[in-house]
Amino acid sequence: MLDPSGATLSDAQRREVHYWMRLTRTLDDQIISLWKQGRGLGGTFSQRGHEAISVGAGFALDPDDVVAPMHRDMGCYLVRGMTPARLLASQLGRATGVNGGRDANLHGCGDLNLNIIGFVSHLPQSMPVALGSAMAFQYREEPRVAMTFVGDGSSNTGLFHETLNLAAVHNAPLVVIVENNQYAYSTPLHQQMAIEDISARGAAQGVPSQIIDGNDVEAVYEAARGAVERARSGGGPSLIEAKTMRMHGHAIHDGAEYVPDELLATWRKLDPLERFEKTLRRSGVCDDRALEAVTARCRAEVAAGVRFAEESDWPDPRTVAQGVYAP
Amino acid sequence: MAGSPNGRPRRVRAVTDGNFGFADHAASIGEQKTYIEAISDGLATEMDNDPNVLVLGEDVGGSFGGAFNVTKGLADRFGDRRVLNMPMTELAFIGAANGMALMGLRPVIEVQFADFISTGFDSIVQFAATTHYRWGGSVPWVIRAPSDGGIRSGPFHSQNPEAWFVHTPGLKVVAPSTPADAKGLLISAIRDNNPVIYFESKPLYRSLKGPVPRGEHTVPLGVAAVVRQGGDATVISYGAMVHQALTAAETLAADGIDIEVVDLRSLKPLDEETVLGSVTKTGRALVVHAANRLAGIGAEIAAAIAEDAFESLDAPVMRIGGLDTPVPFSPPLEDAYRPDHLKILTALRQLVSY
Repeated sequence: MLDPSGATLSDAQRREVHYWMRLTRTLDDQIISLWKQGRGLGGTFSQRGHEAISVGAGFALDPDDVVAPMHRDMGCYLVRGMTPARLLASQLGRATGVNGGRDANLHGCGDLNLNIIGFVSHLPQSMPVALGSAMAFQYREEPRVAMTFVGDGSSNTGLFHETLNLAAVHNAPLVVIVENNQYAYSTPLHQQMAIEDISARGAAQGVPSQIIDGNDVEAVYEAARGAVERARSGGGPSLIEAKTMRMHGHAIHDGAEYVPDELLATWRKLDPLERFEKTLRRSGVCDDRALEAVTARCRAEVAAGVRFAEESDWPDPRTVAQGVYAP
Repeated sequence: MAGSPNGRPRRVRAVTDGNFGFADHAASIGEQKTYIEAISDGLATEMDNDPNVLVLGEDVGGSFGGAFNVTKGLADRFGDRRVLNMPMTELAFIGAANGMALMGLRPVIEVQFADFISTGFDSIVQFAATTHYRWGGSVPWVIRAPSDGGIRSGPFHSQNPEAWFVHTPGLKVVAPSTPADAKGLLISAIRDNNPVIYFESKPLYRSLKGPVPRGEHTVPLGVAAVVRQGGDATVISYGAMVHQALTAAETLAADGIDIEVVDLRSLKPLDEETVLGSVTKTGRALVVHAANRLAGIGAEIAAAIAEDAFESLDAPVMRIGGLDTPVPFSPPLEDAYRPDHLKILTALRQLVSY
């Protein structure tokens, strides 16, 4: 097990983290609404319920660190500096999107200027890539860390175990965040694995692991920051299992009727954004007015992003064969 | 790139070179090395040249140096940090090479046998191959894949899986047939900014010796070589089969039949210009590879000839390849499965008398 790191957020950092969570929620709601209005393109994946994990863990990284997020981690992309406008243009397949219309939704939103590695659908393919990045830092003796995100579903693959094993053998500066949202598409945990906690899989490979409340952003930050600092100081890889709940379907088309209503009702009371806002109010970090101001700011930024994306050009079909190979 | 009639890009570069290890006077350009020594030489040369180059794979490190000893001595010379033994986790360590490459290293991965490359498939064809197109990330690694049979190694130590990778956008694929090219293509592959799969021929490892230039030696990717000049028919091949084709060509020379042999060297990008140039000259074409004939590289080459050199043809394009079976073990079965100079000879006699 990992020891508690004791890393805490200052009040200024708490306000910043709240802004990123609110921006993630606002952008996510806007994307869902665009898709419901028929203004979307292909599929898209809701972030609801995952904001504390993606923002809290992403916030624990330093700018030089590298992250390989997945499709529930829009908050992490935002924290790393990807703007709502770019992300929206990506989702709408425009030339101004992160990948110029070459990949869908959050897939392929890689940008090494922001130290973000784009993912492929074959989860957890980002895991060994993050490990290799960490091994490159080790090789060059750079004080950098690589972080990646996977789900409960991909923790069943051989690659998950292979990567943890290899990371442990090389004592690589790698942090693996497992977002256990209880469903891999429609398949509940008990049909995926016979164990209670995915963190046991880390321990099995010699990777120190811990379980946290994935809907408590301060707990996510504390654990992630601890793991990052540990990796940076030569302590090797670690795994954090963040327990949460996927509040919407697998993708926009999925009504998730297979999820019991009572389960969702329980988790709705644990909404990560509302919980954090309650904490901020109670501790006097923000009052209602301040929180409303953040909401208004996020709405304005997202609305500007939608305008930018919808007014952006489509990619030129004459460029379709460009960029298959690096020069 | 010049356009071709059907809109496919065609390489304009063509090289005619008569001595890629086949002629004695070439010995003056370097020392004689076996094919496998040339691979080791290429690796050591580029590791010496570029500190970002490192080697990883199963059993490649320490004093052992790989199942075929290609990496023997590298750990002593360059240190364990640059020659990394990997656990039996191809999917993970090729995936890790993706990350290393994105971060600016140039890993050279050994998969112990080309047959085992399937265990790392997603890391190659889904991640490495698509990354530059999708978001501009450059993945400059090389996978060294000891391939090919004829050495009685059975279904899982004899395969030639190059067609899978030629079919995948974003990869490059090479298959040297001489010691000089083994070194030159390896160094070029390492320097290329894309994922390159380097199929090295196990049957040539210690059976073939030839001159290898000392120090820096590169052979450009995507450029075929005309390794034997002739006017009556063209054999297009790569890897060990180039030598079988040359043997058949020598036999026919005694009958006054002149066969031209094109060694593709790179399978992707494919040097269609050199292939079409030769076939346009001879009017007859036979494509030979040890890999299964069905949907193999030969099918693509035959199609390219049919599309772009049809009017120059005096006979239908012929193909020889492995059978549509797993590679069998026992000598009579493997010999029945696999092309050789006698089968090439029979096909060529048919081709020139059409």
